[in-house]
Amino acid sequence: MNANDPAILPLALRGVSYEAQGARLIDDLSFELTAGPRTVLLGPNGAGKSLTLRLCHGLIAPSAGTVTWQGPGAGQAMRRQAMVFQRPVMLRRSAAANLSYALSLRDVPMSERRARVAQALDVAGLSPLANRPARVLSGGEQQRLAIARAWALRPQVLFLDEPTANLDPASTRAVEELIGEVVRSGAKIVMTTHDLGQARRLGDEILFMHRGRLIERASGQRFFTAPQSPEAAAFMAGSLLW
Amino acid sequence: MHDLGNAFATALRLIVGRDHDLVEIVRLSLFVSITSVTLASLAGLPLGAAVALFRFPGHRLAAIVLNAFMGLPPVVVGLIIYLTLSRSGPLGVFGLLFTPAAMIVAQALLITPLIAALTRQVVEDLWREYEEQLRSLGAGPARALPTLLWDARFSLLTAVMAGFGRATAEVGAVMIVGGNIDHVTRVMTTTIVLETSKGDLPLALGLGFILILISVSINGGAYMLADFVRRRQA
Repeated sequence: MNANDPAILPLALRGVSYEAQGARLIDDLSFELTAGPRTVLLGPNGAGKSLTLRLCHGLIAPSAGTVTWQGPGAGQAMRRQAMVFQRPVMLRRSAAANLSYALSLRDVPMSERRARVAQALDVAGLSPLANRPARVLSGGEQQRLAIARAWALRPQVLFLDEPTANLDPASTRAVEELIGEVVRSGAKIVMTTHDLGQARRLGDEILFMHRGRLIERASGQRFFTAPQSPEAAAFMAGSLLW
Repeated sequence: MHDLGNAFATALRLIVGRDHDLVEIVRLSLFVSITSVTLASLAGLPLGAAVALFRFPGHRLAAIVLNAFMGLPPVVVGLIIYLTLSRSGPLGVFGLLFTPAAMIVAQALLITPLIAALTRQVVEDLWREYEEQLRSLGAGPARALPTLLWDARFSLLTAVMAGFGRATAEVGAVMIVGGNIDHVTRVMTTTIVLETSKGDLPLALGLGFILILISVSINGGAYMLADFVRRRQA
């Protein structure tokens, strides 16, 4: 994150709904995200976590309601955020070239790219694999590369959609450590997960969703010790049925 | 049966002996086909990708037209080029009729929709996979176009090869606009037609062998090259 750029946060969702083929998948969502705490969207499969992330990131437009960046840098909001997908798309070129491609899209000058790529690969522990074709990397390595790619863009906000859903425990740990690096760089983290352990480890604040609606919002500590809603309590007990 | 055996033997002799006329015909055929495929690729790859990526009024119609034009009848294309390039036609002043240039134009027009239609399908499928990621990184359709063409390069090689196959095998259009003039516009397919009608089967058959051989070796070579590169780059 570049300290000189004007901030794009806070992000405000007001009465946001999203419908597809007549079904209401996101229902009247209103919340505000501010700089600082790591925000975790938690909930069972189909709760609408990923859709909410896409709405925030601007990949899809709400059927009703508004998604607004309210900081002074809001005009440049899209360029100051990044997203890591559950299954990252790697281009058919080397790991390093995937990074410099992303930097070229954000108009980072050629002279700066090489250093940023090397730095990002180093942070992700992928320097030895820089010249490997990105698509032959393992799932865990690809996900780390995806986070490194997002991190290299110096985003103020990084959205992560179930970044470890397909990974083994060791890779999950490596990815979570890398997310820690991103947090240290000053970026705001907004991620989805259905993994309670992960939400406990990473969630400074929890937004608990169920059936397209925001059920409960609380600090991580409070949410896990004393959930206020019956749905959240049931989810943690493993008895929440979709 | 006896005739056929004779024809085979003569054909083999022509090939092994590098018969002068035969070499000239093969050379012109390759020149015309490769040039027209190159031109058609330069036009067809971006055109197909653009139809896949951009949403504009008549977008569906464009896709349908491309698909329909894949099967354009060569004789009709030949006739249209003939009328355009003939002395009294709109482009008659250039005096291109009955030259290799006219044949290249005709073949390029035949193949461009084929390459464009196959490209559209390939790029559309790839865009479905890449769209969210590329848009998130900041690439709209215009910026994504070259990226997708490059990432689909192995699949698109097949589209270009299909175009090359159609060009080398095509006879109707080059016959009409080229005129099958000896030492000027005579190519393999037009020679085969001519020699067959004259009853000179050995030359026709020899050319037939070579035509198939060229097609197989160029496609095989392209396949192996793509396979080699793919294995190194995944």
